[in-house]
Amino acid sequence: MIISVASGKGGTGKTLVSVNMSLSIGKVQLLDCDVEEPNDHLLLNPHIYKTEPVFNLIPRIDEELCTHCGTCSKFCQFNAIFVSSDQALLFPEMCVSCGGCAIVCPEKAITLEKHKIGVIKFGSVENLALVYGELEVGKPMAVPIIKAVKKQIERSENVILDSPPGTSCPFVETVRDSDFCLLVTEPTPFGLHDLKISIEVLRRIGIPFGVVVNRAGVGDKKVYEYCEQENIRILLEIPYQRRIAELYSKGIPFSSEMMEWEEKFRALHKEIAELTQK
Amino acid sequence: MKQLTILSGKGGTGKTSITACFAVLAKNAVVADCDVDAPDLHMLLHPEVIETQQFKGAKVAVINEEKCVKCGLCKEKCAFDAITNDLKVDAIACEGCGVCTVVCPVNAVELVERISGTAYISKIKYGYMAHALLNPGESNSGRLVTLVRENAKTTAQKEKCDIVIIDGSPGIGCPVIASITGVDAALVVTEPTLSGIHDLKRALKLLDHFKVVSFVCINMYDVNVDNTNKILSFCRENGIEGFGIIPFDPIVTESMVNGKTVIEYSPESGVSKEIESMWNKLYKRLL
Repeated sequence: MIISVASGKGGTGKTLVSVNMSLSIGKVQLLDCDVEEPNDHLLLNPHIYKTEPVFNLIPRIDEELCTHCGTCSKFCQFNAIFVSSDQALLFPEMCVSCGGCAIVCPEKAITLEKHKIGVIKFGSVENLALVYGELEVGKPMAVPIIKAVKKQIERSENVILDSPPGTSCPFVETVRDSDFCLLVTEPTPFGLHDLKISIEVLRRIGIPFGVVVNRAGVGDKKVYEYCEQENIRILLEIPYQRRIAELYSKGIPFSSEMMEWEEKFRALHKEIAELTQK
Repeated sequence: MKQLTILSGKGGTGKTSITACFAVLAKNAVVADCDVDAPDLHMLLHPEVIETQQFKGAKVAVINEEKCVKCGLCKEKCAFDAITNDLKVDAIACEGCGVCTVVCPVNAVELVERISGTAYISKIKYGYMAHALLNPGESNSGRLVTLVRENAKTTAQKEKCDIVIIDGSPGIGCPVIASITGVDAALVVTEPTLSGIHDLKRALKLLDHFKVVSFVCINMYDVNVDNTNKILSFCRENGIEGFGIIPFDPIVTESMVNGKTVIEYSPESGVSKEIESMWNKLYKRLL
């Protein structure tokens, strides 16, 4: 079973839920898909046994063969190539690596070259196998690294995907093909507003979901009212407690210090398993 | 006219709450909400829309079923797995690159424009606001950020506002890069957690990469004073100015629930005082 953990608003507790649930359910594969700001490893201190580079393909234009006809530039939807009468200029940061310029070039002057945009790292802590991606600072495209992380999914295992915040491409790429998406929110106007956007996306792509309310007790009751109206299940509430916040700040998963939570996360996982089998 | 971006790396550290306070304190600013896929600033600043624009982001491929001979070349050549096994376009995965249109032997695929979101220019009590909303599941948030920033700039010029305050999104990828290019300075809002510190360092590295002057502010500093001290000494060692240390106070959430900035809701609170002194220092440095 593949569960993704996501939220529209940042900082609602995706990492907190992903890590603590992973530590509570025995053998598990945890994939940190927040490749811009991966944090799971900070709470787990895994032994990293392997690091692999991730590349994307960027065109290289052979000036000897190029006739500056401009076909590639006309084709490119992303303005990544500019061709003047005597020069072809490439803007690699605009390139999405579709490879179309190499296909349309009548002179076969364009080849695709690998450019490193980040790494994926493999680690382990006891029964937990962690894979996380790290986008190189300054590179704009997170999605190819998320794809590289997700390639490591072992379908036969319990898999948990920790999604980046937001509701656009990196989120969509992470939650695609998961059996269930757990949306972590906080009971505040910002939390509710961004929860609604995430739900709209999940409905559009057809992924079943449920809600975890973190920092319960702060803010107002509107998240609860909305979930009731929409018939959305609130699967877990984590109260706002200074101790939980302090443990998180030190990088300690709170379920390992507050033992009753291990059972709660196990029950959460079991409930999701039952929901997806229906 | 000067441009200041508020960033964080890690989400939920308080970017939007602080940006909204700055808008109030600046009095005659244009605020740009560049977190276009989870925008929240409007809930504190209550913009009245003056102008609406449709945002055409990337295009999308459409297969003409009558012409299609089911050869599968489009699926084979698509770099984004956007053609399904039964040779349909998955509009969410499609980047609109057009490779399928050139590899199709019978010209059955074309690219069509799609509306990916809406951009707005609005009036707020304290000036103007440029904002947007990306349609659910759409890509190209970077381009929409660029459009919001252009709107903010032209509005600032037209209305003679001396500062544009940009609320960024979490992360360090394409929309964040689009919200920092060419700005005069950036304020990174962090929190004293291991995640906050880790993400702050990556955000600062990004700002350095694009040669943007950076300042740091620690929100909820008293959640972990040891970590706060670590951040402060990190800033000192790297020649980065610390610009504010804000205590944890439930008043911030309370003001949000009431649809107000903390400066308006509780001007005498310690949080408001600290944000105000931070703004005064920042403003002096910018102009």
